[in-house]
This record gives sequence, structure tokens and C-alpha cells, in this order.
Amino acid sequence: MALLDKYQVLLDTAKASGIDDLQYEEQESVLQIRGTAPNADIKNKLWDIYNQIDPNFLSGDVVMDIDVSTAVAGTQVKVITQNSNLNIRKGPGTDQPIVGKAAKDEIITLVSRANDQWWLVRTKDGEEGYCYAQYLEPVS
Amino acid sequence: MMKVKKIISALALTLAIACAAVSCKSKISDADLKTKVEAAISAEHSDISVDAKDGVITLSGTVGTDTEKQELEKAVKNADEKNVKSVVNNIVVETPQIETSTDDTDLISKVTDATKDFPTVKADVKDGVITVTGSLEQARVQTLKMALDALHPKKVDMSALTVK
Repeated sequence: MALLDKYQVLLDTAKASGIDDLQYEEQESVLQIRGTAPNADIKNKLWDIYNQIDPNFLSGDVVMDIDVSTAVAGTQVKVITQNSNLNIRKGPGTDQPIVGKAAKDEIITLVSRANDQWWLVRTKDGEEGYCYAQYLEPVS
Repeated sequence: MMKVKKIISALALTLAIACAAVSCKSKISDADLKTKVEAAISAEHSDISVDAKDGVITLSGTVGTDTEKQELEKAVKNADEKNVKSVVNNIVVETPQIETSTDDTDLISKVTDATKDFPTVKADVKDGVITVTGSLEQARVQTLKMALDALHPKKVDMSALTVK
């Protein structure tokens, strides 16, 4: 139960932020957290809180995966790489050839979610391919 | 004597028909009500069982969220507002267990993709646990952790990572 106390602020914020499907459970001394946030801001807020409670995530006692409900096919997503361009690949995997690039902060279209890691996207120039989902954020 | 008997039986028959007609108008049988309710909720909830007795519907089974439980009760009432007298909601809310990755081979290939842009970092996978070593600038630690957590490992151990 100690983990639930340690991360109580995180869980309380998640509950109060409209994450209706919030799930959390302690498994093998790690607090597993899952849920779908109504927008990217709330997802980022939760990660900020987590980082405050456990700076640089060094304890490793939480595994949190917060999806964003607005990340559905046909919506606009923003490239959130650190400063480099985002590779657009022919297929879902880093072993796939690069067919295009999207700049940091560029807004592109989410065509479909191939899986949790790889999303099919289209740029304004009509380039289509797969990008790593962690570098895409729904524009809310 | 025969005449009286005939009159009585005719009367009884008339009465019976009248009663049947009245009751038919005011309510449907429990069996029909059960069928009606089942049809209303079965689309997504074939595992929920429905019982009907004197217009009282009893629901039992399990669902994933409390919202679902309440919505089912509402759907039952809406199925036949006139004949559903009340609903006994015995549905149990059972949150499904959170699944973590148990397939190391699958996890290793996903970790390779996730850490491709982190050349100063090394990530090893064993028994569903990702152990991160190497060094990384502070601004990118959260990005890495988010990417690794999204793969649903049992644990992400970054205690040996040097944060610059």
C-alpha cells in the first residue's frame, strides 16, 4: 500500500482530470497505471507530477501508460521531437526504409494507428508513412 | 338442472375470456418481458443474465466499469417502461487485471525501436524488466521513460542511468 500513498497525488489528479477508464494496480512492487486522458495537456500534466514525486524516474516503481482519446484517425497531430526531424518510414519499424521526414512542431494528419507504437501519418505535402507514436501529440 | 349447469359454464367462460383480455392488455408475461429486456441489452452484453419475476428484472454478471453497470440498468428500464416495475442490479464491477509484457523477444524488438534515438543509452530486457544504463541529458529522460512505459514492461529500472 506504500506505493499508493507515495503516488496518491498522481492518482487523485488522474481521477479528477476526466480519465474515466483509469486503472492502477500494484504488481510485483511496481504500480502499473493505465488510462485514457481527454487531451494531451492532461497526459503531460500527469507525467510532470510523476516526475516531481520520483525525480528522473530513478525508483522504477511505476509503469504508466496514458493514452489520449483525441488521437483518433483523421485528426491532426504535432511532431514533438526534441529538435530533429521525425522519420517517416515505409512500414512500422525502425528497420523500415525512410520515405520522408516531418519537422519538429509540424502539424500532420494521423491516418490510422497501426499499433500502440507506430502510427500511419500523412504530411501536408502528401507524404505518407509510419512514425513512432511517442513523437506525435494530438492537437487539442 | 342441465340448463343451470350450462348457464354457469357459459358465465365462467365469459368471465375467463374477459379476465384474459384485461390481463393481456395491462401486462406481458415474465417470459416475454425477459426476452424483450435481453434483446435490448444483448448487443454488447451477452454475458449478463436476465431474470424476470412479476415485472421485477434481476440482472447478474460482471462488467468492467461502474458506468457500464448503471447504463445497463437504465437500458433495462427503457426497454419497456410500462412493464418493468423495478430492477435488481446484482451486476458485479470487476476491473480487469492490468497486463504486462511477458514475451521478452517481442519486448526486445520494441525496446530497440524505442531507444533508437538515444544512442548514449543501453537498454536490456530480462523477464519483462527493462534495465537502462548509459547516460542521458535530463531534458530527454521523460521522453525515454514514456516510450518504455508504453511497451508495458513489468518494470523500467533507470537507477543506473547517469542523468547529465
